[in-house]
Amino acid sequence: MSSENGKRLLETDAGGLNFEATELTLGLPGEPRVTSDGGAKLGSKRGFSETVDLKLGDNNQEVKLGHSLQEAAKSPVSKTQVVGWPPVRGFAKRGKKSCKYVKVAVDGAPYLRKVDLEIYNSYQQLLTSLEDMFSCFTIRNYLNEKKIDQVNGIEYMPTYEDKDGDWMLVGDVPWQMFVESCKRLRLMKSSEAVGLGLTTGPKYASTN
Amino acid sequence: MSEDDERQQSPPSDLEFVSNKARNCNATGSGSGHPELQSTYPDQVLENVLENVLHFLTSRRDRNAASLVCKSWYRVEALTRSELFIGNCYAVSPGRATARFTRVKALHLKGKPRFADFNLMPPDWGAHFNPWALAMAKAYPWLEKVHLKRMSVTDDDLATLAELFLGFKELVLVCCDGFGTSGLAIFVSKCRQLKVLDLIESEVSDDETDWISCFPEGESNLESLIFDCVECHINFEALDRLVARSPSLKKLKLNRYVSIGQLYRLMVRAPQLTHLGTGSFSPSDIAGQGDQEPDYVAAFAACRSLVCLSGFREIIPDYLPAIYPVCANLTSLNFSYANITAEQLKPIISKCHKLQTFWVLDSICDEGLQAVAATCKDLRELRVFPVDPREDNDGPVSEVGLQAISEGCRKLQSILYFCQRMTNAAVIAMSKNCPDLVVFRLCIMGRHRPDPVTGEPMDDGFGAIVMNCKKLTRLAVSGLLTDKAFDYIGRHGKLVRTLSVAFAGDSDMALKYVLEGCPQLQKLEIRDSPFGDAALRSGLHHYYNMRFLWMSSCRLTRHGCQEIARAMPRLVVEVIRSADEEEMDDVVGTLYMYRSLEGPRTDAPKFVTIL
Repeated sequence: MSSENGKRLLETDAGGLNFEATELTLGLPGEPRVTSDGGAKLGSKRGFSETVDLKLGDNNQEVKLGHSLQEAAKSPVSKTQVVGWPPVRGFAKRGKKSCKYVKVAVDGAPYLRKVDLEIYNSYQQLLTSLEDMFSCFTIRNYLNEKKIDQVNGIEYMPTYEDKDGDWMLVGDVPWQMFVESCKRLRLMKSSEAVGLGLTTGPKYASTN
Repeated sequence: MSEDDERQQSPPSDLEFVSNKARNCNATGSGSGHPELQSTYPDQVLENVLENVLHFLTSRRDRNAASLVCKSWYRVEALTRSELFIGNCYAVSPGRATARFTRVKALHLKGKPRFADFNLMPPDWGAHFNPWALAMAKAYPWLEKVHLKRMSVTDDDLATLAELFLGFKELVLVCCDGFGTSGLAIFVSKCRQLKVLDLIESEVSDDETDWISCFPEGESNLESLIFDCVECHINFEALDRLVARSPSLKKLKLNRYVSIGQLYRLMVRAPQLTHLGTGSFSPSDIAGQGDQEPDYVAAFAACRSLVCLSGFREIIPDYLPAIYPVCANLTSLNFSYANITAEQLKPIISKCHKLQTFWVLDSICDEGLQAVAATCKDLRELRVFPVDPREDNDGPVSEVGLQAISEGCRKLQSILYFCQRMTNAAVIAMSKNCPDLVVFRLCIMGRHRPDPVTGEPMDDGFGAIVMNCKKLTRLAVSGLLTDKAFDYIGRHGKLVRTLSVAFAGDSDMALKYVLEGCPQLQKLEIRDSPFGDAALRSGLHHYYNMRFLWMSSCRLTRHGCQEIARAMPRLVVEVIRSADEEEMDDVVGTLYMYRSLEGPRTDAPKFVTIL
């Protein structure tokens, strides 16, 4: 079984994360069906993500499962992990020691979402999850209703506000540093991002 | 056809009214003293009497039986049914339901199948509440209560409930999604008679709307407010004021954004609570170090009526002793979000003599379960959830814990037990020690894992359960299982209504045994097991008696499923595709089929093909 909505996930290359891969072709959040705190969790009701074949970012990285719960759908822990097994609903929330929720705003969308940065291990995982959240279903609607010509939808740049209040491009600092300093995320329309000078490619999004 | 799928009748067709039954009704009604009106007056008397009597009939199974006696009873039963339960929202249309039952005050609807909870079904599959909301608005403007499970509910639907039903009192949403805090805000602001708002394990999107502030001012009728699943900050001051003006409030379950200090304030306001969900049970970050800690023990001691305790979402175990004063009265304790050790559990559980329901994490280990077994002699329901659900070899709970529970808690009726290892011996012991078991759900997380002591499959353990537990209606199996296990189930599981199978069985025979042997089977959910079209065929005689059959990642082919669809016109046969499957693949990824009076639904998404 593989990902919902024929996600572009399958197109992103396993090995390196180039700039194209970090660009999110997203639509409006539309139906608030997906998890508000980041991606489909193993055992959560939402999201139809497939765990086994997801090649998310850096496969070489050892996934630290120090704190009791790691959301298995997003961490390639072992090859034998299967979708929806064991059958525990919402287990990702049980016994969780730490979590870091940040709000995610998408330009033009009326709704905010929240993600827990602690459940990801890399930029790739985070960005994939954001793609899940703002599902392709709404892209179709968006395209139909607003008659956008672009086949691929609207391009967004992932940006974040750090502890100092500055807006940075996601991927500029090592992942852990990002998790610690990120206060909120904003998926900015590319046209606006250009104006803010955030056009240089991310330095760290391809590593971890 | 009755909307209740749990009755045991022959394949439901549209009701046949046998005329000689009507004649019998006439005959028994005689003796009124008016021979010329004999054919009509006794009927009317009977109907009036019947109407008054049937008002007292609450069980829906009894009502279904009553409705089949004759035309008159059917009509009167339909008039007097005030609580309508529909186990599969697609089995019957809103129009058909409202046409038959005209005086409904409470609606209970279920939507998606349970395996949807585990990412086995794409979102947007269906189960929309909207058409029901609109139909109810026309047919039952006096509707007071709605209870939904696994349905998709929008903000607009919530607005509809609040605006179009003036006397609306109770909303319970279990495992629902599709709405957010803005919908809640509209709902609570307009629903002036609200007594119950229970959001249980539902997905609520954070629209940054302060819904708690939207409850109307003045004294509220609230009796139950459950929002522990809502993953958004709430306005605590508004909540505090709300609790202060809700004198009837008995059930309050807070989400994890409520700190223990805030919990204290609420408990002081509402010592009359019977059900409490404690929220995070840890201090907020901004609590000053030097601040005086409130007297949590006193707050709990003041709640003399507290019988059900849950929450502990981000527990700091140091605060656990605060609950000592209520332990002796507790009948239900939910620690399934509390990552605590056996040592931390023991002082609590040793006081919980009256406990009947206990949900916990396996962090308490076998040792913790032994402590439960030592004290909780009245235990009826136990659920042990995994902290770390990976398929490792080591796990904190095992056959040792199960054995201990079986020896200590003889009145056990329902168990859900996640573990990494289990022996047949322990399962057999439980089957003998706990004869009252109605629900036995064992999840050995390692797939295809045999008995680690004997190396044997787990057939004999589950066999013993179905043989010895004569009241068993719900069973979930796991571990290494051959067809033999299913032979046992078919032979002995005569009351089994719900069966969950995963990674089990050797051949089609296994499914055949079950479909041919279990006459009460209602809900069958199977994944990743080697059952094919031949097995599917063996259930043709029974599918109209079932609520649904789910089979994913088995060995079904499209033409096999098509055969079933052709043979059974009142069955809706859905083939659900995952994104990489082509539409014309012969292999079926997921089969979901259910009886229905309406034929194929019109709201199916593209990834669903109805054969």
